[in-house]
Amino acid sequence: MDALFTLAFLTQIARISIPYALPALGATFSERGGVVNIALEGILLVSAFATTAAAFVTGSPMFGILCGVICVTLKADQIVSGIAVNLFAVGITKFSCQLLFNSSSNSARIAGIEQWSFLAAVPVLKNPFLITTGLLVVASHILLFRTKFGLRLRAVGEHPEAADSLGVNVARLRYAGLIMCGGLTGLAGAWLAVDQHSFTDGMSAGRGFIALAAMIIGKWTPIGALSAALLFGFAESLTIQLESASRYLQLVQMIPYLLTMIVLAGFIGRSTAPASVGIPYEKEAI
Amino acid sequence: MRLPRVNFYPLAGPAVASAVSFAIGALLILAIGRSPVDVYGLFFSQTFGNSYVLGQVLFRATPLMFTGLAAAISFRGGLFNIGAEGQLTVGAFLTALVGCSGHWIPSGLLMPAALVAGSAGGALWGAIPGFLKARFGAHEVINTIMMNFIGTALVSYLVTNVFLVPATVHTPAIARAAEIPRLDLLTGAFQGAPVNLSLLLALCVCYASYIFLWKSRPGYELRATGLSRNAAAYAGIDVARQTVLVLAVSGGLAGLVGSNFVLGYKHYFELGFSENVGFIGIAVALLAKNHPLGIIATSLFFGILGYGSLTINTVVPKELANILEAIMIMFVIVLSRLVDRWMLAVQQKSAA
Repeated sequence: MDALFTLAFLTQIARISIPYALPALGATFSERGGVVNIALEGILLVSAFATTAAAFVTGSPMFGILCGVICVTLKADQIVSGIAVNLFAVGITKFSCQLLFNSSSNSARIAGIEQWSFLAAVPVLKNPFLITTGLLVVASHILLFRTKFGLRLRAVGEHPEAADSLGVNVARLRYAGLIMCGGLTGLAGAWLAVDQHSFTDGMSAGRGFIALAAMIIGKWTPIGALSAALLFGFAESLTIQLESASRYLQLVQMIPYLLTMIVLAGFIGRSTAPASVGIPYEKEAI
Repeated sequence: MRLPRVNFYPLAGPAVASAVSFAIGALLILAIGRSPVDVYGLFFSQTFGNSYVLGQVLFRATPLMFTGLAAAISFRGGLFNIGAEGQLTVGAFLTALVGCSGHWIPSGLLMPAALVAGSAGGALWGAIPGFLKARFGAHEVINTIMMNFIGTALVSYLVTNVFLVPATVHTPAIARAAEIPRLDLLTGAFQGAPVNLSLLLALCVCYASYIFLWKSRPGYELRATGLSRNAAAYAGIDVARQTVLVLAVSGGLAGLVGSNFVLGYKHYFELGFSENVGFIGIAVALLAKNHPLGIIATSLFFGILGYGSLTINTVVPKELANILEAIMIMFVIVLSRLVDRWMLAVQQKSAA
């Protein structure tokens, strides 16, 4: 047990939590704006691949825009289109992997990230993704709850008609939410690829959905999302660390999902989704 | 003047969507420097023609009929069931478990018992989100997704730790009495293809679902609830009960997938056997406009796509099929909206 709470252990929690925290943060923005994004999983996968193919800057926000065109402009069903994006991601990553690396399951090895040496004294902090994640959470909290943009985004997710009647551009704000979601999830995908030094097929492995769970358990707030992501990361690290418990890893991995269902049923405080989440907004014809 | 209107427009969306996805597929094939004519030529020449190939296509279409129906029934009831993957995993696992229990169950009843167990497992896995929605208003989309992961994790824990044949990822084989016979042994046709009598079961279930939805009272209540929960409640339908029922029936259909793979083909349960049929079922249902008889056709279509992609794997990566499926879903939902809107505009114009 002594060796449990070492720096290595904390580093592992961070490693596991980052790809939960960032998409959860992203989903907070898109859902606050009224768009359910179950395509997190697919975006994660595509951006992990795009990172290995060295193009991640353009990769993930583009997917945010794609979701925007489908869900906001064309007002298609958000759930079904999310499923389509996820299926598409599985196909396109394997297809492209085959083309670029001559194998549909593995990419070539890529370089890791440069560690920030000036913080070498504190190993956990050497990971730039970790610091970035922390800063992004704080920034998101301020953006969502302390700025005009955040107020408008939340208004659009709660009551788009009211927001529209006050001259707020519903479509533009929903786009903004989705693009931010795409960008943040893309960052998480990049981390996955960099952390494992390669792309492997299906490497997102359900993390997009765990992130969705983290967002719900975090009650649609950035700090809540981060806390939930850390909780999941902690539970998983603990199982991996405890040799004898690793046989129960699959059962431990059920925890986020079970917790989500319990939270949604209203057993742990009130957890209310933005009122208009999932409903395409149809501007009244004049 | 008013012309009699033949209602072809529900078919327009799916047809255009399929065409567009094949066109985009052609662009992808061009992008990697192959000829779309050659690739599609190979694709279609390999998926039609002899009875072995037909058997392969039918084998792939069978599970899609079950998952397609699962999606269609829930859509008709006004609910989303994204949990078919979990429901079929739990169901197929139980099917295999009962299939192994030859000592406990008389051999004549073993196969039906295995089917009932699979369906019941799927129904339970669907009913839980249904109950949570009816009782607490928890959204079924999130909960069915969560139940997918819980089901997969639970089954993979049980398979790897309790019911494993060492050095494999599958359960022990089921008893002979539980096996569903292959069609090549019964009829002599489809030599070598794994298609089995589950296909007949799937076709019967498609027809039964059609009768249920349009010729029965519970089916009427289900559709009424799906069209408008408030109107249904006002008409005296117990909407909460409907919610549980719809997802349980939907899950029960998905739970039958094990009949094809477990009872009819490999004779054991294997982790990851489903290859996403739970999700592709949603595409199958959408393309069929959630009509149980249309699902027979669209399952065959996706069966061709699935098997055809294997035959072209030497020329282009077989994942092309996944891409085509995804694009098809995207265009079906987008186009059906655009067509509906356009129809509405036409009607408003003629009314004005």
